[in-house]
Amino acid sequence: MLLNVEDLSVVFHDVQTPLPAVKDVSFCLEDGEILGIVGESGSGKSTVAHAIMGLLDPGSSQVTGRAIFGGTDLLALTPEALRRYQGKEISIIFQDPMTSLNPTMTVGAQVEETLRIHTGMSRAERKRRALEAMTLAELDEPERLYRCYPHQLSGGMRQRVMIASALASRPRLLIADEPTTALDVTIQAELLRTLGEINRREGVSILFISHDLGVIRRLCRRVIVMQGGQIVEQGDAEAVFTHPQEDYTRQIIASRPTRRKRRGGNADGG
Amino acid sequence: MIKTGIRRLLLLAVTLLLVTVLAFVAFSIIPGDPTDSILGMNATEEQIAVLRSQLGLDLPLWQRYWNWLSGFLTGDLGTSYNFDMPVATLLSSRIVPTLTLAGMSFVLILVISVPLGVLSARYAGGRLDKALTVLTHLNMSVPGFVMGIAVVYLFGLVLKWFRPGGYVSPEEGLGAYLRFMLFPSLAVALPKSAMTVKMLRSSILSELHADYVRTARAKGNPPGATLWRHVLRNAMLPVVTFLATIMAELLAGSIVVEQVFSIPGLGQMLVSSIGNRDYPVVQAIIVLVGFAVVVCNFLADSVYHLLDPRLKGR
Amino acid sequence: MKKRSWYFTCGMGLTAFMLLYIVVGFFWTPCDPTALSSADKLAAPSAAHIFGCDHLGRDVFSRTLAGAGTTLVIALAVVAVGFVFGLIIGALCGYYGGVLDSVVMRLCDAITAFPSILLAMVVIAITGAGTYNVIAALGVLFIPSFARLTRGEFIKYRERDFVKAAKLAHVSDLRILFVHILPNTWPVLLSGLTIGFNNAVLSEASMSFLGIGVGPSEASLGRMLSEGQSVLLSAPWCTFFPALVIILLVLGVGLLGEAARERIG
Repeated sequence: MLLNVEDLSVVFHDVQTPLPAVKDVSFCLEDGEILGIVGESGSGKSTVAHAIMGLLDPGSSQVTGRAIFGGTDLLALTPEALRRYQGKEISIIFQDPMTSLNPTMTVGAQVEETLRIHTGMSRAERKRRALEAMTLAELDEPERLYRCYPHQLSGGMRQRVMIASALASRPRLLIADEPTTALDVTIQAELLRTLGEINRREGVSILFISHDLGVIRRLCRRVIVMQGGQIVEQGDAEAVFTHPQEDYTRQIIASRPTRRKRRGGNADGG
Repeated sequence: MIKTGIRRLLLLAVTLLLVTVLAFVAFSIIPGDPTDSILGMNATEEQIAVLRSQLGLDLPLWQRYWNWLSGFLTGDLGTSYNFDMPVATLLSSRIVPTLTLAGMSFVLILVISVPLGVLSARYAGGRLDKALTVLTHLNMSVPGFVMGIAVVYLFGLVLKWFRPGGYVSPEEGLGAYLRFMLFPSLAVALPKSAMTVKMLRSSILSELHADYVRTARAKGNPPGATLWRHVLRNAMLPVVTFLATIMAELLAGSIVVEQVFSIPGLGQMLVSSIGNRDYPVVQAIIVLVGFAVVVCNFLADSVYHLLDPRLKGR
Repeated sequence: MKKRSWYFTCGMGLTAFMLLYIVVGFFWTPCDPTALSSADKLAAPSAAHIFGCDHLGRDVFSRTLAGAGTTLVIALAVVAVGFVFGLIIGALCGYYGGVLDSVVMRLCDAITAFPSILLAMVVIAITGAGTYNVIAALGVLFIPSFARLTRGEFIKYRERDFVKAAKLAHVSDLRILFVHILPNTWPVLLSGLTIGFNNAVLSEASMSFLGIGVGPSEASLGRMLSEGQSVLLSAPWCTFFPALVIILLVLGVGLLGEAARERIG
């Protein structure tokens, strides 16, 4: 077992009354598995991911429970100790590739950044590995892109750059937080195929978060359905999709748009 | 890239030309004749006519502008009425202290405000941040020359780190010159540093919410590295524009503060020339300062383009 | 709207205090600010002269009262000149755009390239010193910055739906400009006004300090500072109190401007 989350709860304090965002969530993730978490916006699915990654602001949120990763409870670590996992053992890619990359840094510098932080690799070694990771993320002409800036790339390419930078340090777990939501439908399908391919070839486990059960069904074998910060249903993705046990799950399936509206350009840049 | 570079250089040339036109026209509409101030009230008609043609005042306006401009571009800034010597000679020794003052205060502003701005943003809401905010507001409300007097009082009279009025020219000793200039530079820099700290702080704070910062943290960057490597470069963009706009004020501030420290720079020359109605000197100083400001703005614009890759080739 | 900010409270309090100080100075000063007294030369602050006396034995407190009055009147007049003309020019340029806009804005660029105090000094060099000349010089030089600010705001609003609706309803341009758009721009213009006011105070003080400001008969904080400099060590009160008056006046208005900017967000 790679990741074992037990009784994870998150309470936000920055609003007037404490707001429980996640309540007693437990699940586990096997080595090499792709696990999906599905739910409406506000169901707490992204909060789970951010809590495991240690990305929540300790000043405005309180996280309890355990997240055992390879024998270590991530939630019990100091920020300094946790940093040895962030970007090294566990990587994350976010929803909006247009804003998640630093506009003033080259693609290459951002892809190899985790190597600079976590390894003692030389500049040349880092570049070699960065190009490898970019090829893995199925980016064409990695040599040329290496020197580009994010604004010169389309949305789909930027998300692939995010994937490459997440993979560069060969993490054991990749958290994908709605990675395709901001993208065009066709780009979305290609990206899902790439993620599946990476999972098969590299053996990296993926925690895939989406509000779209159809997307999850294509990629994951197992799925967790979340509502109001709690797990309401979990099991085989195909089974959940065809025979949902909960009304909520049925709603999610029914609300699935047949054609997604395009958000964020993907033919811009220059 | 080359095309935009040429266009920007062309724009620079046009602005510089506009500066000379403004300076020339402003001094051409002065009521009264410069011959009055040179020859005095008792001059004969004949003397005046001779001097007028000597000075080229009998020519049409555009021709006078052309003569003046071509002289200006070849280093002939005219002749001072008061000192009866070429303005260029008069100003050449006085430019150095003023430029030193403006340059040193610019460096001081960067040295003071970048670390303070970053600290203030990093511990936003904390005690250090609050103290800095109060200090910043106080600092911004102090006019440059008052700051100069305060520096003279504190460092000169109380601590005796330098001798007030004891200006040392660079020929007498570069070290002593720079040491003396440090104090007036401080007086020019402090009020502007306060503004820069405030600007940088709010710029950093708004950048901290950007998604790419979350990405940087998720990669395992320590908070310091996130701030210095990722946030600062983006947060500096608006600050660079701001720094360009204060270049003009730095020069103006230097001119006023020179007076406090009795530095024989352009400022002293300007003030005494205004008192003596020595127009060629005033005109030359104005054009020089205008040129300096326009060129600084151009350089800042170029730096901005270097810092922000999104603007490359636009 | 959340509770009044710290900036607003402090700024309002300080500004009110300074205004009271200045208004009192218009009607009453403890001593004649120009009365010389060789007995009180460089007298230290005491019950009779709470801010002390200067090198000619004049009461510093009375002189700061009078000098702050001069400064306030000049700064208000400068801001009024700059604001009224800047508003009209900026509104027209912003709303209509086109060639006129480009030409006027290039001219503004060229003028703002010079430090405003330097240009004011040049105007004084041409026209001679004096209160009205200082007001005219600084006022004219403040027009471009106000014009630019107003123009930006009017550009922002000219494409808004409520302006388009007004146009379709055949509301006159003048009414659109000053009844429909102008009220929306107040928060930004107000914060610009506070900056302009402070710049005017600082410029006037600097010019008087350099001896090219108001005429020698007028009381002036800048000149007090210039005179106090020679006795800085023996009589620091001659410098300290006029400096304090300038700083508090600028600080109060600056904090109000900060409060206005906070509201804009």
